[in-house]
Order: sequence, then structure tokens, then C-alpha cells
Amino acid sequence: MDIIDEKPEKTILLLGNEAITRGALEAGIDVATAYPGTPSSEIADAFSAIAKYLKKKGEKPSFYFEYSINEKVALEVAAAASFSGLRALTCMKHVGLNVASDAFMTYLYVGCRGGHIIITADDPYCHSSQNEQDNRYFALFGSAPMLEPTTPQEAKEMARLGFEISEELHSPILLRTTTRLNHARGAVNLKKLKKSRGKGHFEKSPMLVTTPAVARARHPELLKMMERAEKISEKSPFNEIVAIGKTSKIGIVTSGVSFNYVKEAVEDLRVDAKILKLGMTNPLPRKMCGKLIKACEQIIIVEELEPFLENQFKAMAYDMESSVKIFGKSTGHFSRLYEYNPDIVTDALSKILKVKNPISKPIDYKIKLPSRPPTLCPGCPHRATYFAVKKVAPKETIYPTDIGCYTLGKAPPLEMADLLLCMGSNAGTACGLAVSTDQKIISFMGDSTFFHSGIPPIIDAVHHKRDVVITVLDNRTTAMTGHQPHPGTDFDGMGNPAKKILVEEVVKGCGVEHIEVTNPSDIKGTAEAFKRALDFKGPAVVVSKAPCILLENRAKRKAGKKIPTYTIDQEKCKQCNICIGKFGCPAFYYGENGTVHIDEQQCNGCGDCVQICPFDAISEKEEK
Amino acid sequence: MSSKTSIVLTGVGGHGVITAANILGKATVNADVNVYVSEVHGMAQRGGSVICTVRMGDVSSPLVASGTADAIISTEPIEALRYIRYASKNTKVITDVNPVIPFTVAVGGEEYPNLEEVFKEINSRAKLYKIDALKIAEDSGAIITKNIVMLGALAAVDVLPFKSDILFETILDNVPTKYGKINEKAFKGGIDAIKSI
Repeated sequence: MDIIDEKPEKTILLLGNEAITRGALEAGIDVATAYPGTPSSEIADAFSAIAKYLKKKGEKPSFYFEYSINEKVALEVAAAASFSGLRALTCMKHVGLNVASDAFMTYLYVGCRGGHIIITADDPYCHSSQNEQDNRYFALFGSAPMLEPTTPQEAKEMARLGFEISEELHSPILLRTTTRLNHARGAVNLKKLKKSRGKGHFEKSPMLVTTPAVARARHPELLKMMERAEKISEKSPFNEIVAIGKTSKIGIVTSGVSFNYVKEAVEDLRVDAKILKLGMTNPLPRKMCGKLIKACEQIIIVEELEPFLENQFKAMAYDMESSVKIFGKSTGHFSRLYEYNPDIVTDALSKILKVKNPISKPIDYKIKLPSRPPTLCPGCPHRATYFAVKKVAPKETIYPTDIGCYTLGKAPPLEMADLLLCMGSNAGTACGLAVSTDQKIISFMGDSTFFHSGIPPIIDAVHHKRDVVITVLDNRTTAMTGHQPHPGTDFDGMGNPAKKILVEEVVKGCGVEHIEVTNPSDIKGTAEAFKRALDFKGPAVVVSKAPCILLENRAKRKAGKKIPTYTIDQEKCKQCNICIGKFGCPAFYYGENGTVHIDEQQCNGCGDCVQICPFDAISEKEEK
Repeated sequence: MSSKTSIVLTGVGGHGVITAANILGKATVNADVNVYVSEVHGMAQRGGSVICTVRMGDVSSPLVASGTADAIISTEPIEALRYIRYASKNTKVITDVNPVIPFTVAVGGEEYPNLEEVFKEINSRAKLYKIDALKIAEDSGAIITKNIVMLGALAAVDVLPFKSDILFETILDNVPTKYGKINEKAFKGGIDAIKSI
């Protein structure tokens, strides 16, 4: 395992996320916590893999790691480690910080003891997210020092040195990344792994109890901390001027991955410019920025999403009574939307600097290509559940959904997703729809989402006697983000045995009076379970339980068991279209003259299609 | 001469495109050449269209500018065309010839285009190399080595800034020892397929 076995000074290829984990290990990380979410997941997955690898070798991991129940709990667990004097790390995707924000905002008032890095992995362009919020504003909002890496190498160094900054300031710090950093691989030069501190000790202090009087006393301390942080920012090696070409009155201010595009664009455009590369972006090094403003006639701000740097530079220029011209989003040269890329940055810079753009405008292909969006895998148990529900639910039924693979049920032919806000919103919106309409409501969430934030709205439904059916699609894993364990699995993130919590027992404890546990691979039985749930007056919960087909097949392969494939008897097939047009398994396809076939390469051998074919035309073929 | 090399790898989720990009990146590190790789994870993987980029040499950005790829390798024909904006006349486009029909064709009424038309359009904009990677992988002993066949083909079109031996050794370092032979066959099969065009 390269990430811990390779020697110091060696250069290896690491994913941005893995580089962060390595950096934390080089800083002697004690406690790491996370709730998985793209694009942050591999930071946590690397800790998990290392812990299991070391245990297998008979060594004790030097750190404690857990996949927490949600981001707020993850932050609280790690904060307590910090209060006990240990070095802590918490990682989450950008919207995860919304969940953790209650703890986050007051944690900054209290401050930390052991260094604590909180990683927010933002997702411009919403590659795998429900919004593209710019979490740099959380740093401003809560007064958190913030680092933004440009490359995996820098991400590792920021993770390593971030603990020192955090300890010097007695404040948790934000390490803000974006998808193109998290999921970029680059050469990373390794340093020595540092010994962790082991057990800490909690020192009692009245300042740790945030009563109003304490909060009033802590707020000015928070502001003072940010003044000290600004001094660190002025001297930080992460903030630097990268001069390209001759001395120039053109300044370009950028941070994070945008720097990569800017540097190549400036070289390709053959212009001279001073690039201010900001790695510590909160608080900004105002003296350093002021010097640039003074030295330049025009300043171009290149940053994805919101005008975070741009507005602060405008304020600084105003305070300095400078006449420097600032270009960016407000001048219409850059967008507040989506990700940037070399084309976008080079084009905007060429327009502002009035030089020819060497990148030719891409010509679109003339042939219309079919789209290839992600889809529920062949053999996914969610498809069988959805199919069963559709058999018994009235036409006007509303299907609030949630964050996970099952969101893909939105696509035709299933079309089983009508409303989605955030983690856990399925059951909350189900309650609201029950108040507001006379339509039937069947909501869906996964098991990991249930534990994350799905339980409180179920209690709300019980307390207020809402007439809703809430479904937990229980596939025994956090599938979409890479099959992480959760409280419903009997092992934890370090590979240790863990207490497995059953969804049906939790909802029973919440006071739900009608609970159905069904196996979706029995489509008829599952349809009947939903029928009973719909007929019940009041909140009903259906736990549709079957393992993720990818995990099931992985286990089968490991055990040397055969994975069957299925075939269609063309004599019996009446081309009724149910398997493709209603069930929608992507392993099915039309051959010539409308004949229907199963692609053996894609079939995962679930056999659900045997049950849905009205003509008994589908049967098991041979082993794969 | 530019000391930058840009490779685009595309295909369908599950074809091992990310693995191929990762191996190519590791080989570049082993060759002592600077490298920056960009990948697609998460929701993009569930059978969706996948694109990775590998940039080598004097580069800062992991992403490729339009019209500047040295090679595009695709495990599926229409995915090669989908990302053709990265190609110029000099770009070498290597694609497997076997279509994977997206479910939007069966379910959504979209149309899978005529393959000859697809190849014609790619050929009019870049240098096209068609190989039956699926068959080579099958003959090598496992269809999952299709991505390794593609890497073999890439090694044979003279765009990499290092010797193909380094790529081959990196592949062997990154697959379980018992599958070494199968991967060797797949890699060499890819090279031979290009040489026999």
C-alpha cells in the first residue's frame, strides 16, 4: 500500500483526497471522522483502508477513524478529540457542512486545543450534488481560517501544516477543496509519518460551556484570533506571487484549481503578468493584496463560483482609493456558474488582455448521439421495489425521494422521484404533502440516509399521525459513495465488529404502528406489503431489504460461487415491452425486428426479470 | 516542440477507464515525468459516460483544452465522438469498435447512430484507429482487460513521452500476480492491433 509503505522523499501518484489523508498522517493525526459524500469520500476511505491493512499485518493503526452517522456528529466527535488535546480531522462534502454548521459556528467561538482540520469538498458543476454552493462563505460567515490547495502535492502540505496553524491560532481551520482537486491525481513527494499523541486529557474550563455570557466573552476573542490569522496569512508560503514574463502592470488573483488554468493560459497567451496565487484565502493577506493593487493598472480575478475574492479586492481597492480596474464576474468576463476549464479561462483572459486566443473554438459533432446518463445498475434491488410500488399505487401518488443511488429512479421508465431537497428530506416533505394535499404519498430513502437524518421526520409523522408511507430501501451499505459501512452494518470503518442496528427496530421505537419488512426480490410479496401500507390510516414504514447487487456479486465471486445470467426464449417472447418499457433494466436491449435480448456482459444475475415476464420467456442460462 | 502530452480516456462506467488513467499516471511518475490526472467519480460511474484526462510534462492543468489532445482512447465508439472537441487533425483517436447501447435508446426512444457514420466523422477530424478491443481482451482470457488492450494500443501510436516498457511494467505492478499473464496478452494484443492496421 503505497500511501503508507513508501519511504519518505519518494514521489508517488496520489489522488488529491489520498494526499490529504497522507498529509494528516505526516502530522500525526489522532482522530479522523467523516460522513461519506462525493467528492470527499476517498479521504475517509483512505483512512479506513489503511486501518484495515495495518490490522491485517498485525499492526495497530496509530489513529482512530470512524464513519460517523452524519456530518454534525462527525464534527462533534472530532471537536471533542481536539478539546482533549489530540489532532483531529473531519471531512465532508460541501452540503455536509450545512448539516454540521450548527456545531461549526459555535465551535469557532470556543476554539480548539489539538489542531483540527475540517475539510469541505465543494462540487462546482454539481457533478454529484444537489447544488454548487460556495463554502468559502462559511469561512467568512463563521470566521474560520481557510486553506485552498491547487494540486495534490499542495493538498498534502496544507493538511500537514494546517494542524500547526490550527494549534497556533487555537482555532479549527477549513481546508476547502473542489472536485477537480479531490479527484485529480498528481505526483506527491512524501515526508516522514509522524507519531500520533495517543490518548488525550480533557481539561475542564468554564469557557467550554457556551452560555450567553460565555458566548459574549468568546466573540471578541474570535475576532482577535482572525487578526492573528491575518499575520499568518501575510507570511504564509501558500500565498505567493508567481511572475510570468517581464515586470508587468497586469495582476491576476486566483486560488485553488483555477490557478492551474490561469498559469497555462498566461503562458499560452504569451503575456506578462503577476499572478497572486492565494492558498490561504481567509483571512486574506491584506498587505500583500494591497501591494499588488498598488503595483497594477488592472487586476483580473479568476475564481470559480461566487465573487468571494473579487468583492474583497474591490473593498480593499476602495479603502486604498485606488483607481485600479478590476475584471472578473462583475465585468461579465467570468461566470458565477459551474466549473472553469482551460478553454473558459484562456478565452476570458484573451478578451480582457486583448490578445489572440490560440485555442480554436470546438466544433460540435454533426451526428446526434444518444445520452448516457448514470442509471440504476442491472440487478439493483431498488428497481424491483419501484416496480412493485407502481403495481399498487394510485396514479396520483407523490414520490418524495432522497440522496443516494435511488435518486436514479427518476429516469424513465420508472420515474419514481418527484421531490428532493437534501439528505433526509423525503420523509419531511412527505409529512408536508400529507398536510397540504389529498394525494397518496410514498417516500423513499436509503438505509444510510435513514440513520443520517431520516429518523426525526418519521417521529414527526408519528406524532402528527400523517397518512404517509415511508420506504427505507435497505441495501445494507452506503452504495453511491463507494459502499461505506453505517450503523446498519455489523462492522465499522476500521474493520472492527460493530453493533448492527436494524431499521425496523428503530422505527418501532419511534412509535410507528404499521411496519412492513419485505424482500424486493419477491416482487409480488413486496407489492402486497405496499398495498397494506397504503391501506393503513396513519404513518406506515416499509423496509425493503436486499443487499446491493454489486456487493452481493463481489461476495459471490470471492466465495467462488457462480453468478447466473438470464436469457430470453424467443419462441415464448411476445415482445410485450414490460421488461424494457416498464422495468427498465439496462441489460435488456432490442435486436432486429423488435426482438428482445439480454446483454450477458451487463446482466448481474438478479433474476428479478423472471418474475415480471408475463409469458415465462426468461430463464436462467449458465454460469458467468 | 511542446513538452506537453495530453491524453483523453473515455468510455462507459464499468469499463475500467479510471483504472487505465491511474495506471498511465503511475507509469508517467515511474518515467520521472511530471503528470496530472483528472477523473470522474461518484454518480458519474453508474453506467454513465466517463472521461479522464492525463497530462504529462510541463503542465499545470489536469484538464485538456479543446483541440489539444495528442490521443483519445475510448472503450466505446460513440464515446470517442462525444469528446471529439479535444481532437485536432493530428490527434490519434483509438476506439474499440463494439458499441454499448445506452438504456436511453431502448427506454427513451433515443437513437444509436450508424457506426460507419460515427467512424467517418471521427476520421474527418482526427486520425482514427479502430480495434476490436473486446475480442482481444476475450482472447487474452478476461473481458475486463479491455482497458489494458487500450493502453497497449496507446503505447503503439507514439505519443507517450516514455518507453512502452515502463507502461507495461507499471501494469504488472498494479494487477494481482496471478492475472499477470492475461494482462500481458491484453497489452501486447493492443500493440499488435495497432501495428496490423
